[in-house]
Amino acid sequence: MRAETRSPIPGAGKPNPDGRSPKFELRRRWIWFLWGVLLLVLSASVAVAEHRFPPPDFETGHQLPVTTTRPARAVWFQYLDVAVLAASLGMANWLIYKRRSRKGLIVLSIFSVLYFGFWRKGCICAIGSLQNVSLALCDRSYAVPVGVVAFFLLPLALALFAGRSFCAAVCPHGALQDLVLLKPVKVPAWLEQPLSVLPYIYLGAGVLFSATGSAFIICQYDPFVPIFRMSGRGLMVLSGAALLLLGVFVGRPYCRFLCPYGALLKLGAIVAKWRVRVTPDYCTQCRLCEASCPFGAMREPQSSPAGAQALVKDRQRLAWMLALLPVLLAGGGWLGHQLGAPASRLHPTVSLADQLVRAEGVAPKFGALSPDDLALERARQEPKEILTEAAGIRHKFDLGGWIFGAWVGLVIGTKLISLSVRRKRTDYEPDRGECFACARCFEYCPNELVRRGLMPAAAPVEGGVARSGPASATVGGSSV
Amino acid sequence: MKSDIRHPKAEPEEQPAVTRRQFLRNGARAAALTGLGGLAAIVASRSAAKGTVWQIDPQKCVRCGNCATACVLEQSAVKCVHAFAICGYCQLCTGYFEPEPNDLNTGAENCLCPTAAIKRTYVEDPYYEYTIDERLCIGCAKCVEGCNRFGNGSLFLQVRHDRCVSCNECAISKVCAGDAFRRVPADQPYLLKTTSH
Repeated sequence: MRAETRSPIPGAGKPNPDGRSPKFELRRRWIWFLWGVLLLVLSASVAVAEHRFPPPDFETGHQLPVTTTRPARAVWFQYLDVAVLAASLGMANWLIYKRRSRKGLIVLSIFSVLYFGFWRKGCICAIGSLQNVSLALCDRSYAVPVGVVAFFLLPLALALFAGRSFCAAVCPHGALQDLVLLKPVKVPAWLEQPLSVLPYIYLGAGVLFSATGSAFIICQYDPFVPIFRMSGRGLMVLSGAALLLLGVFVGRPYCRFLCPYGALLKLGAIVAKWRVRVTPDYCTQCRLCEASCPFGAMREPQSSPAGAQALVKDRQRLAWMLALLPVLLAGGGWLGHQLGAPASRLHPTVSLADQLVRAEGVAPKFGALSPDDLALERARQEPKEILTEAAGIRHKFDLGGWIFGAWVGLVIGTKLISLSVRRKRTDYEPDRGECFACARCFEYCPNELVRRGLMPAAAPVEGGVARSGPASATVGGSSV
Repeated sequence: MKSDIRHPKAEPEEQPAVTRRQFLRNGARAAALTGLGGLAAIVASRSAAKGTVWQIDPQKCVRCGNCATACVLEQSAVKCVHAFAICGYCQLCTGYFEPEPNDLNTGAENCLCPTAAIKRTYVEDPYYEYTIDERLCIGCAKCVEGCNRFGNGSLFLQVRHDRCVSCNECAISKVCAGDAFRRVPADQPYLLKTTSH
């Protein structure tokens, strides 16, 4: 029907010798043709599957061309991706914990950006995979590919042992931002602390929308995949470029303040078995590494034990925060429940059902139909199915809204509690959760420089025994 | 280079073998591992070894034209394909010509295709063959609409997997007016038409 709307092209043909324009002639033929079609349709109405125009038997023996079907990417390629991921993770761990090599991580970062980024075009990716997994958990009809499950599980399982090695140099998003970081500035704590809650909220939203089958918002609003693809919606290309530009000054803005998978990895890294340490052997508290971390993950030792007065105050504050947690949970849940209904409209079926209800009693349109009108026509064919499906999805959002809201409350409450807890720390060390294991701080540590032979060993130890090697780790804390 | 880095988990000697903090951490890690294992088991039981790709069900397609514009690629991965076996080889092809053509020739003013991606070649009287030049096709579905409305419906849209970047969630599927997009096994990535309409 849209075809008829094309404007007639002016300047149509010269008149025929008999005075009728070819256009008129053609219009007549067209009308006859339409009649023919109508008759054909009527006569063929019994045998519906019949062709309107039976395919001809060519007398010239013309061979029919074959419809080409270029294959999709071979299935075994997904195992290659998983193998490359596993190898890169192993490599990253070796570089972080064994070699302690920033240079090695830079090389690995470049590889990851090229392979997972520009070659694989940012898809398959661990960040997006959490949506596939949550959809698979909630929708039995969805079969998640094995490769995607592996991309979800491998970095997460590793984070439970070795922290965020995936973020360090394997994730193409992180690697890209790490590579553009040239002039890091410190994000003030009053801004950093609230912003660091965002990834958990984004994670909750991503799970809510994917579990209800509405949208993969984490993929849809991914700022870097359009860069890897070198194609995409203008807004996303712009936001990707803007984030990269911001990333020149603010270390890894996406990883720190948005990445939902990073939020999961952070939880894993907090309970990890091993952790990244600035010094290869012992901390001399020289404070050289204090400002080394461009991601605000360096934590200084506790200056002095807290006085009794301060402790009482702290405990009171903590008690208040603990009491606030249930309030936040309930309040958040209620608020999330209120937001459930508007959020459900992101699901195409729900928005179509809304349109259908609104268009009740309105005569169907004729002429040129927009995609929305066509969708409405489809809904009118089977209104019951659409409305039932939409009601089911709304119900899911009712429940999901409560859970999401409570989750947001929990995240904010936990943040407040963690800010009110005193930590015991004796050395300068990167925060377990926030450290991306980028290995930058290693090079700031004089002990590390000694270990690598870039600096002579320290003065002789008390007792006159000169330190034998460039790094005598076993000496422990006895050195000056 | 000697690797004499102290093991990261080593604690100063005066501390007890397992501190409370460490104990909690170990417990949380064990719980998280168990949880991940359970999650993996559930998801693995519902997963498919074969990957999936996106494809259009031609029977559900309503030819809305969104395929041309909603794809993440600058030129859509969706193209028109031709099922030659069910084509009528009409002289007046309603997928090729405008509803009111000036003349039945290949002049641009008579053609439906905005990018002249359909090639019309004479086979024998009165039959013409129509082939799609995929380099030019933008997946606008104008010809598909014409062919479906008045012809055999041998022209239809398909996601071309030499172009498709296999987004985790197809951007077109979210705006598809006919709800025609679905995931299909990667080893059978096309849903070709074998019957008209």
